[in-house]
Amino acid sequence: MDKSRFAVSRRGFLKGSSAALGGLVLSTWLPGFVPRSVAAEATAAGRLGDQSPRAYGAYVRIGHDGLVTVISPKIEMGQGAHTGIAMMVAEELEVPLSAVTIEDAPPDSELYADSLMQFQATGGSTSTRHSWKPLREAGATARLLLIQAAAARWGVDASQCHAKNGEVFGPAEQKLGYGELVDAASELPLPTEVVLKTPEQFTLLGTPARRIDTPNKVNGKAQFTIDLSVPGMLIASTMTCPVYGGTLLSVDDTTAKKVPGVRDVIKLDNAVAVTASNYWACQQGLKALKVEWDLGEHASINSAQIDEALLQASSRDGVVAHSTGDIGKALESAASRFEAVYEQAFLSHSPLEPMTCVAHVRADACELWVGTQVPVFAQQTAAKISGLPADKIIVNNQLIGGAFGRRLDYDFITQAVDVARHVSYPIKLIWSREEDMTHDLYRPQYADRLTAALDADGKPTGWQHRIAGASVLGRYMGSLPENGVDADAVEVAIEPIYELQNLLVNYVREEPKVVPVSWWRGVGPLRSTYALECFIDELAHNAGADPVEFRLSLLAEQPRAQAVLRLAAEKAGWGNTLPAGQGRGVAVSAVFGSYVATVVEMEMLGDKAVRIKRLVSAIDCGLVTNPTSVHAQIEGGTLFGLSASLFNEILIEQGVVQQTNFHNYRQLRINEAPGVEVHIVPSLEAPGGVGETGTALIGPALVNALHAASGTRLRRLPLSRAGYYPA
Amino acid sequence: MNLLSINGEQHQLDVPDDMPLLWVLRDVLGLTGTKFGCGIAQCGACTVHLDGEAVRSCVLPVSAVAGKAIVTIEAIAENAVGAKVQQAWLEHEVVQCGYCQSGQIMSATALLQYKPSPSDAEIDAGMAGNICRCGTYTRIRAAIKDIGQA
Ligand code: FES
Ligand code: FES
Repeated sequence: MDKSRFAVSRRGFLKGSSAALGGLVLSTWLPGFVPRSVAAEATAAGRLGDQSPRAYGAYVRIGHDGLVTVISPKIEMGQGAHTGIAMMVAEELEVPLSAVTIEDAPPDSELYADSLMQFQATGGSTSTRHSWKPLREAGATARLLLIQAAAARWGVDASQCHAKNGEVFGPAEQKLGYGELVDAASELPLPTEVVLKTPEQFTLLGTPARRIDTPNKVNGKAQFTIDLSVPGMLIASTMTCPVYGGTLLSVDDTTAKKVPGVRDVIKLDNAVAVTASNYWACQQGLKALKVEWDLGEHASINSAQIDEALLQASSRDGVVAHSTGDIGKALESAASRFEAVYEQAFLSHSPLEPMTCVAHVRADACELWVGTQVPVFAQQTAAKISGLPADKIIVNNQLIGGAFGRRLDYDFITQAVDVARHVSYPIKLIWSREEDMTHDLYRPQYADRLTAALDADGKPTGWQHRIAGASVLGRYMGSLPENGVDADAVEVAIEPIYELQNLLVNYVREEPKVVPVSWWRGVGPLRSTYALECFIDELAHNAGADPVEFRLSLLAEQPRAQAVLRLAAEKAGWGNTLPAGQGRGVAVSAVFGSYVATVVEMEMLGDKAVRIKRLVSAIDCGLVTNPTSVHAQIEGGTLFGLSASLFNEILIEQGVVQQTNFHNYRQLRINEAPGVEVHIVPSLEAPGGVGETGTALIGPALVNALHAASGTRLRRLPLSRAGYYPA
Repeated sequence: MNLLSINGEQHQLDVPDDMPLLWVLRDVLGLTGTKFGCGIAQCGACTVHLDGEAVRSCVLPVSAVAGKAIVTIEAIAENAVGAKVQQAWLEHEVVQCGYCQSGQIMSATALLQYKPSPSDAEIDAGMAGNICRCGTYTRIRAAIKDIGQA
């Protein structure tokens, strides 16, 4: 895989894909590498699509029973991706959603690489955006072949036939079910032109169809990785060196081996594993070990040092990520200037299902059963650790009990294979919550310093935005491109929605190194939106202007941003006077190809007790696949971000992560969770991402509401750091 | 030897007295619908019914539950209220990743058995022990209210 390709900004890809969507009505589709003769090799016994595994068959197979299997390039993490993808195929294939079952795609970069991210992954709010065209084309191709097969059977022209509800209908009221046409359709050459439906023709897309993965999630039948059992399997748990980068020196396992159920104690470079017949015995075994560590070079680092280093870094210029106009001149000639620093904490992902992976390493092959956002990386790491060739690694992807970016990494898969290669039996590695929280790859801590040049009315003529923090992209890809810019970290900051004559964005890479960093729901746009939307709110306040009006005055060129801002404000009753001690805060941004605005209404119930009375969001995410999923994702994403903004920060003492479980890394509970009102702006624009949008907007809206309600301006998240709590 | 009644069936089990019920269910009996999230009674993913009450099975030693009626998510459909909760969960599209939902449904069923038409405050009290990282609280509240008003 060419990793460097990812270093191009995702926004760049997005632009490309929107342009491609201009050709939505008519598109031709056949990957260049598919020889036409493939279709001729159809086997009579197979399903339709089997003979074209590298064309439409990559996504769609139809059996003789008429049942449709959709091979999903995107995994289901709760975001409704499977349902959305099934809907895209069903729409064009003309089958009811109930006829579709979903399989996860095997690792195959050539076929399933994400067109936005350039590798096979589920993340970055790309599921709908990536799938929208190829999945519909695959469904339409299969439908065309089935219609042609029926037309040939009846001796009529294909144009006289149409498909509906899993059947093809002919001019003289003939009809044939898809299952009966599979063999004949398999022998036809692939069409060179595939016409897709226009949005007005949609009957399924855009409707609030029911999720297809949920019935088994309300009766205990759905199996996540942690629930799997393969023959001969034992449970494994690990204790990894408490300081990142440290190594294992010695283990005394005399007592541990006497714990009933414990089988083996396995030493790894930086961890020790216990295998046993059950998880509880593993934990008892781990507790009974006497372990000595070499804590390595990070054992003296504390959060206070990291805070200081980031603050200092935010005053340096690093590398230039973007420059328009001349901010130096603008600052010199400004009527006034305003500067502020916004700080955001290290965050853990803490999905409710902890890291877990089933692995079986044999002499000739290795099999994995694991919920992963990156199946190709899973395969590669297993090959490396086991010493087997990649084609001997089988990855069975699984339902995921929450990810939020965590399962874009594969450290726990590496560890599972490392344990499994020491034993003959399959193991199911389960991390305790404590291991999960203290050995995460964290959302980086950041400091954003913004310096604005203001005109006589307090309006910005431009600003300098310095972004200091660890680079996720740099760690994930091994390095940054030559210009030293982390394209993810500066996303949105380099293209703020506001009209500015002068903009300078500097990226200052400052690596605390004490913990590894990774993607976290909302990624770069979350960080940028927090800083920008708090800053613009401060500018509005300083100018004595209404925060919504002030923003609108800088959005003349941004009709979609205007529309969501106006809609959220209107629905939230913006402008209606609130009693003292209450206030509203707003934020608006363009993130993941969508436009979103959020309004928070807050009441102070005491000095530090805050009550969130209302939470209103408006989104323009282009063409909507499933409005129910859009609502659910914004509700969930907003509460996910609210939880972090209120409570969460990972702190380091002596190199050790201090937060260990949900008692000291607390999560929003139902009694603290406001309802989330979601309003969708109808749109025919290209589909935008949704899953991370709510998360990106809530932080600034919350902080701005706190200011409106209490007069206190916070610049550092979370609110609990300053003593605030929900009541 | 511990004699357990789980979903109406008797099980004679040779497990240590202090082994939490959660791991007996999952790793000994293969009843994996009950989930592990924290192990310290913070998240509610492991919620089961013990004589009709919602309890956290991750901190409940198996010796403490002998002779009591244990019901897990696998059998909750046999309970009229439980079946209604499952139905309402689907109608309201509550579920996202689904990992917390076994526990949510067990807590909601216990709540509704005790309070058939719970107020907002009663829903809060009954459901505050169950964390959902996916943030499905808005829909959980709506689904419970719906049942309460039926
Ligand atoms: S696993 Fe029992 S409460 Fe979290
Ligand atoms: S649905 Fe994912 S944790 Fe609740």
